[in-house]
Amino acid sequence: MTQPILEVEKLNIRFHSASGTNHVVRDVSFTLGREKLAIVGESGSGKSQTARAILGLTPGQVSAQKLAFDGQSLLGLSNAEWRKIRGRRITMVMQDPKYSLNPVMRIGDQLLEAAARKGSRAALKTRALEMLQAVKIRDPERVFRAFPHELSGGMGQRVMIAMMLVTEPELLIADEPTSALDVTVRLQVLAILDDLVKTRDMGLIFISHDLNLVSTFCDRVLVMYAGQILEELDAKHLQDAKHPYTRGLLACTPNLENPVAVLPTLQRDPSWMAPVDR
Amino acid sequence: MSSTASTGWVIALTPPEWRRWLLTDTPQSRWQARAGRAYLGWAAFARNPLAMLGLLIVLVLIGMAIFAPLITSYSPVVSGDTVADRFLPPGGDHWLGTDGHSWDIWSRIVYGSRTSLLIIFMVAITAAPVGIIIGTTAGYLGGWIDTALMRLTDTFLALPKLVLALAFAAALGAGMENLILAIAITSWPPYARIARAETLTVRNTDYIAAAQMSGASSLRILIGHIMPMCLPSLIVRVTLDMAGIILTAAGLGFLGLGVPLPQPEWGSMVADGRSDILNQWWVCTYPGIAIFIVSLGFNLMGDGLRDVLDPREQ
Amino acid sequence: MNDNMPMVEVKNLDVTFDTGRHRVRALAGVSFAIAPGESFGLVGESGSGKTTVLRVLAGLIRQWNGGITVAGKPLTPDRDKDAKRAIQMVFQDPYGSLHPKHTVDRILAEPLQIHGIGDIENRMKDTLEQVQLGAAFRFRYPHQLSGGQRQRVAIARALILRPKLLLLDEPTSALDVSIQAEVLNLLAKLRHELDLTYILVSHDLAVVAQLCHRLAIMRTGEIVETADSEKLAKGELTHPYSRQLLTASKGFDRAAIAAFTDL
Repeated sequence: MTQPILEVEKLNIRFHSASGTNHVVRDVSFTLGREKLAIVGESGSGKSQTARAILGLTPGQVSAQKLAFDGQSLLGLSNAEWRKIRGRRITMVMQDPKYSLNPVMRIGDQLLEAAARKGSRAALKTRALEMLQAVKIRDPERVFRAFPHELSGGMGQRVMIAMMLVTEPELLIADEPTSALDVTVRLQVLAILDDLVKTRDMGLIFISHDLNLVSTFCDRVLVMYAGQILEELDAKHLQDAKHPYTRGLLACTPNLENPVAVLPTLQRDPSWMAPVDR
Repeated sequence: MSSTASTGWVIALTPPEWRRWLLTDTPQSRWQARAGRAYLGWAAFARNPLAMLGLLIVLVLIGMAIFAPLITSYSPVVSGDTVADRFLPPGGDHWLGTDGHSWDIWSRIVYGSRTSLLIIFMVAITAAPVGIIIGTTAGYLGGWIDTALMRLTDTFLALPKLVLALAFAAALGAGMENLILAIAITSWPPYARIARAETLTVRNTDYIAAAQMSGASSLRILIGHIMPMCLPSLIVRVTLDMAGIILTAAGLGFLGLGVPLPQPEWGSMVADGRSDILNQWWVCTYPGIAIFIVSLGFNLMGDGLRDVLDPREQ
Repeated sequence: MNDNMPMVEVKNLDVTFDTGRHRVRALAGVSFAIAPGESFGLVGESGSGKTTVLRVLAGLIRQWNGGITVAGKPLTPDRDKDAKRAIQMVFQDPYGSLHPKHTVDRILAEPLQIHGIGDIENRMKDTLEQVQLGAAFRFRYPHQLSGGQRQRVAIARALILRPKLLLLDEPTSALDVSIQAEVLNLLAKLRHELDLTYILVSHDLAVVAQLCHRLAIMRTGEIVETADSEKLAKGELTHPYSRQLLTASKGFDRAAIAAFTDL
């Protein structure tokens, strides 16, 4: 096996406040190759904080035995070192494009700024237009000149992805990137991400709460609960999950083809929380 | 050590009984729920030492006003011997000295706190309600009512505070009532603006839609649903404005348009001593320090309140 | 009321939003009828007009043309208290639909006070039991409740006036799946027990299949297809747009996505 893009070993995130310490991520370990890895869980499971920690963006206190990107440790990087990685080699697509695009800047200018590398403006613009085309925007020239408020939600999300890609990242982290989108648009955006993983040899961490979507889209699935990874599964075999939590989640999701009169509800078991050394 | 709570929360100390009662997740009455909420606000406020300092200053000011006769040995308005007790330097019986009228400066500062508090209080209870009523009504009802009320607000906003007070004093004579009136008339428009802005963000929320669907009248929605959402930012603004009100009152007093002598007022005390500042520095310095400390106190308290009541600023 | 009479009848509903510069026709001649006790789903993507239909029925949009009758009475943009009482709504976002400074007690008591209904104590107790929240929740503020609990309070607020028609605007889309299952079960139970009629707006076909007897699929202000949930479960929708939605709801499938039109 080639060198993994990302290695995470015993990642812990704690939040300290006046009322005590909240241990939101507990001993999380995984590695990522050039693949689509899903982290699923309910709200508060720690999946988003895990993703943010990889980018050094969590406000909490991070500790880990190993947190390495392409062999380089991400622990204790200086701001200058982070700038070389964040937004260039690792990028993140946020949930809602409305809050991630600068409302008073034209899309084109934002794309050029994201590219932020030496080269003639014309060459950069050609690249930016190519990127807009890559995310299936039909009239890239028009979108290039547009302001964010002139775009629909789906277009905005695709522009966001174009902005992430113009830097040619090796790792893309997508935090519920499509939950604000309509189903059909959502799938089209995912198809673009899928192409990119295949053609650019990129790693993708896909954070979601949608088990059905994840099982059809990703290669591997990590199931998180209360800050811990309960189970790691091959996405194709998600239906064969062993952990009662994963099975419970699958069971309580309404099924279009086989509706049941009463949905089974999830019974949480305190023993799912393994004790963690502090 | 291993984790204790399954939720991941670890409470450092076991709280005493009364605290547990306040912080319970299952209050037994409306009153307990409210008390718990107030306690949480207080706890957040108390964590800010500067805010506590501000509160302390304000409390001392109120204490001075209430217990004025107990902490002074001279009358603020009956002068001593016009020759022997004039311009006495600080020390001895008159520990902040006396002024040109042979009045004891400490007594006048202490009694002057009553004047300042009265002005603040009167302005706060007139300008703030007017502002919130006009602002929320304009914001919630919209349309021509909004336009009319906000143009009225703009008109009053264009009136210069000091000039208006000067005009009032010139037309109606100097005096506390006119001073309060002038400050109140020029103080409410910013409150109306804040209340309107707040109302516009609240107006289209689902909880207001739900209230409309339950058949609530506009008046009920305004008073019960919208005003409580505007109050926190307004309270913060009024508290921060109090320093400004004290300064305006002092400024007017300094110009001779405030509270007439012999009633003690800090601004006119500073004005009174300004011609003797080189020889008798204490006459205008001590009331000046009083103005400074109290303004600072209200500002610190206002900042602390903002952190508690208006979390967007954090 | 006659059993054959529909609970809700909407005929040629037209809504145009005038935003100054643009005129947007949000609804273009929408018609449907719902029987008493029926649960009816409105499905579509953003901009389809499904939420607009709901907000017109809720009385929150007052500029519309067409005919609406609810329980045999024609509905006008201006409603009296009784008309308001008969139609209640549960909103999408449980974090935005409860007043942050009101306790559960006040949220539930206020509608009763407005309508001059006595016996507040008992009604409140019954309603909290109906939504499976104990009396312990009565004096809590919304910030002391989880998302699922908040949505139960919102359902209780809608039920406390004993409406005939309950409008559900994506009531579970902001909730985790495990909580969604509980809320869907609760809604199904309540409809059965209290003889309610539901209109559920959702983008999630599986949720509609779970809760509704019939559904209408909407697109750009029109209903393109009406079907019963049996057909939905069997995948027997006929309109190409409905079929596309159906495919999309089954997850990621490259071949199917390539066939999507109107990107």
